[in-house]
Amino acid sequence: MKSIVDAPDSLFQPNNHEKSVEEVDQVTIRFAGDSGDGMQLAGSRFTSTTALFGNELATLPDFPAEIRAPAGTVAGVSGYQIHFSKSSIHTPGDQPEVLVAMNPAALKANIKDLAPHGLIILNSDTFTEANLKKAGYESDPREDGSLQNFRVVEVPITKLTREALKDLDISDKDKDRCKNMFALGLSFWMFDRSLTPTLEWIEKKFASKPEIAKANTLALRAGYNFADTTELLPVHFKVEKAELEPGTYRNITGNEALSLGVIAAASLSKTGVFLGAYPITPASDILHYLARYTEYGISVFQAEDEIAAICAAIGASYAGSLGITATSGPGMALKSEALNLAVMAELPLVVVNVQRGGPSTGLPTKPEQADLFQAMYGRNGESPVAVVAARSPVDCFYKVLKAFQLAVKYMAPVVLLSDGYLANGSESWRLPKVSELDPIEVKYKQTLDNADKFYPYERDEKTLARPWVKPGTPGLEHRIGGLEKEDKTGNVSYDPENHEKMVHFRKEKIQRMKADIPKLEVLGTDNPSDVLLVGWGSSYGAIYDARERLAKEGIFVHQTHFDYINPMPSNAEEVLHSYKTVIVPELNLGQFAFILQGTFAKKVIPITQVKGQPFRVNTLVKRIKEILGK
Amino acid sequence: MTKQYTKKDFASDNEVRWCPGCGDYSILTAVQKTLPELGVPKEKFVFISGIGCSSRFPYYMNTYGFHTIHGRAPAIATGVKIANPDLSVWVITGDGDALSIGGNHILHALRRNVDINILLFNNEIYGLTKGQASPTTHYGQKTKSTPSGNPSRPVRPLHVALGSEATFIARTADVLMKHMQGVLKEAYYHNGGTFIEILQNCHIFNDGVFKNILDKKIRDDRIILLEDGKPMVFGANSDKGLRINALGKLEVVSLEEYSVDDLLVHDVKNPDPGIHFMLADMEPPEYPEAMGVIRAVKEPTFGEQIRHTMKVHAEQAATPNLEKLLYSGETWTVE
Ligand code: SF4
Repeated sequence: MKSIVDAPDSLFQPNNHEKSVEEVDQVTIRFAGDSGDGMQLAGSRFTSTTALFGNELATLPDFPAEIRAPAGTVAGVSGYQIHFSKSSIHTPGDQPEVLVAMNPAALKANIKDLAPHGLIILNSDTFTEANLKKAGYESDPREDGSLQNFRVVEVPITKLTREALKDLDISDKDKDRCKNMFALGLSFWMFDRSLTPTLEWIEKKFASKPEIAKANTLALRAGYNFADTTELLPVHFKVEKAELEPGTYRNITGNEALSLGVIAAASLSKTGVFLGAYPITPASDILHYLARYTEYGISVFQAEDEIAAICAAIGASYAGSLGITATSGPGMALKSEALNLAVMAELPLVVVNVQRGGPSTGLPTKPEQADLFQAMYGRNGESPVAVVAARSPVDCFYKVLKAFQLAVKYMAPVVLLSDGYLANGSESWRLPKVSELDPIEVKYKQTLDNADKFYPYERDEKTLARPWVKPGTPGLEHRIGGLEKEDKTGNVSYDPENHEKMVHFRKEKIQRMKADIPKLEVLGTDNPSDVLLVGWGSSYGAIYDARERLAKEGIFVHQTHFDYINPMPSNAEEVLHSYKTVIVPELNLGQFAFILQGTFAKKVIPITQVKGQPFRVNTLVKRIKEILGK
Repeated sequence: MTKQYTKKDFASDNEVRWCPGCGDYSILTAVQKTLPELGVPKEKFVFISGIGCSSRFPYYMNTYGFHTIHGRAPAIATGVKIANPDLSVWVITGDGDALSIGGNHILHALRRNVDINILLFNNEIYGLTKGQASPTTHYGQKTKSTPSGNPSRPVRPLHVALGSEATFIARTADVLMKHMQGVLKEAYYHNGGTFIEILQNCHIFNDGVFKNILDKKIRDDRIILLEDGKPMVFGANSDKGLRINALGKLEVVSLEEYSVDDLLVHDVKNPDPGIHFMLADMEPPEYPEAMGVIRAVKEPTFGEQIRHTMKVHAEQAATPNLEKLLYSGETWTVE
């Protein structure tokens, strides 16, 4: 069987014979509850166990923008989705096949995503009239037929958890907090997973609170045992281990990977990194993470605002550190003037934009790819910066390293685009050896080298980079600033010819980075095709799966992915022009499509979506077929 | 040993382009005369500025210099100082740059006690953009942007600094060459952030705005040169002084009526900012304008704090090992 939804209804008929175990290729499960219900925790424990078991997996949490939205309302629902499989995986799953809903609001908020014939496990204790009303239900969905397309298993989770913990001397509130462990135990049984990793985790986590540890342990076991004995669940499922490349793995989110990349940059460059940051969703994790690892040579500065955050990073770069600032769209808007200063002063700087839905405050916790124009063009004047985009959570590690390499080598700012989907989503990472990572070569100019005078804007012939001089270096005192510079001397100049020359230098310098970025790779070339899917950033996985699914239906298309948007890989024009139909799916209204058309005079067909959600593979398949008339 | 510098060593070969008669010239001179006396290698100085007439300053100094963007110099200077604590970092700013667009950064640079020296050239007008009202322009004053009189109340720079918990505040003026140099020197030696308001005449757009204070003929009666540990005497004939009266207010008294012992003794280290606030607040004609270092208290600097927390953290943390860090957390191995 490929999926749970393929299972015949008969399997789900309560019976009193031996429970059956069915094998499936892959599962997508979503845990959903009130933000206080501990669903993120349940989800991450399930993930951990699944990773240790050896499945390929990807996850996506979904939390409300408000920290404490009113309990029981749809606005307060928090979810965590895991997609695990016995073969390779590129997305956290389109449609969950299993939904664990801890209250009516969680059901209401998530039911529209559930695959037909999907399995719903709900906490029946919470389906009171008051809760149904809070969730906005006019009638009880369990009785009005609205769930008839699904398989529903009602479990009195609250009652059973309290019952399991009745002998413990802790408050009812603390007992109720263990509901998530009951649900988790039940889910572990459903997918034939071991309790051991979670039991060990509980012991460690609550080492100083033995009563709470005991409560969590009992609830977890109770959930598992209940599932094992109840007639309500006659069947459970098994997903075999994936065949993974040998190595050591860990599960990692995009923001964690990015932060580790920054730490690695400090080690690989043997240069201090300076992070200037201001709290903003969904980028703040980077600030939090790096603040814990200052011993790696990371200075972390929580600035008074987004502007000060980038300015301090520029100051640090000017002083010889690797300056970086991390933010999201609204913060990016505030930083644009300072980013322009870095362009003019030709200093190395990495600016991370973990994109969220916009405009304005927009959708703080939801992903979108609509800040591409902002990254490319959101500054006054001709102001080119390098623009790099991460394609997966793990890729955030490698791309931030690359961003530093480019920034330092070419003495230019680099904008790295991530998004809320990559930031919080996770996948397994086959860990690299440090020796496999490319070094970051930092070279300061330290002497006059027999020249008559120091020229702060003298350029390297190959890279066009100007020298990086640390203030404090004797004999190389000089002044820089935001006014137009005279070629070579760096003196203020309003000369028309000089201005034109400098504008071109700044542009050309970014273009020269092509020498350091890989060429576009085309996927799916086993079968010929005159259709090319072009993506950038986090939609890589969905486009990949869409292409594979189309191939299974006999529709062959090719795929390429831009990790570098400015400059573009050197073979971009050639690749694009070798296809009759070029389709560009992106989470905006066609920004990259516009850039491609403008750059290469090649007509492309955009597939756009702005729902604050990643692409679903289904949606892509459907829309690609429509375009191709299939 | 550090080379013995002269004023000339600190002058860059850039032609100075302020309007003839601008107060900025003498400030530049005062700085160029003071730095050689500090015994610091020239390459250790960094001048960072924002936007405005005053912010052209770094171009004229033969040191490291960074002419940045409007209002943001304190934030950039903060990054420079954290990244390289060995540098002597000076921020050159004006009333518009520091108190309007950059108000937030001044507040935070000062409250953090970042070890940088902020020189605010206060000419009570926007000069570079040709004569609009600034945050320190008098109420009711007619300027290009306020032809019927400025409707906004002005702010006093030292009040902002005190309110921001600055550990060092001082005032001087472009026409007080020797005094300026003394104040600059004290700022350099203060361990922590310093904030100096320099009254500066904009010859073109606000000429004579400080005449009622600094005009040579009346100056001695209109300013008081504060000195730490000294009673507060002033006046052309040193015949006046400041005391605290029964209401707890500052009062100008005649030394014919009172003795020097009745006067307030200046204490820059007084932790209570109350008297410092009253001194900074004084304005002619009722009071003399206070000149000199008003407050200089000892507090840990931002750099010291950062280094301390990093050190404490490093002592508790495991020895840095990138490979180990990458392989930390819950890992699993596939054979
Ligand atoms: S406009 Fe005023 S402040 Fe600016 S240079 Fe001229 S005199 Fe000086």
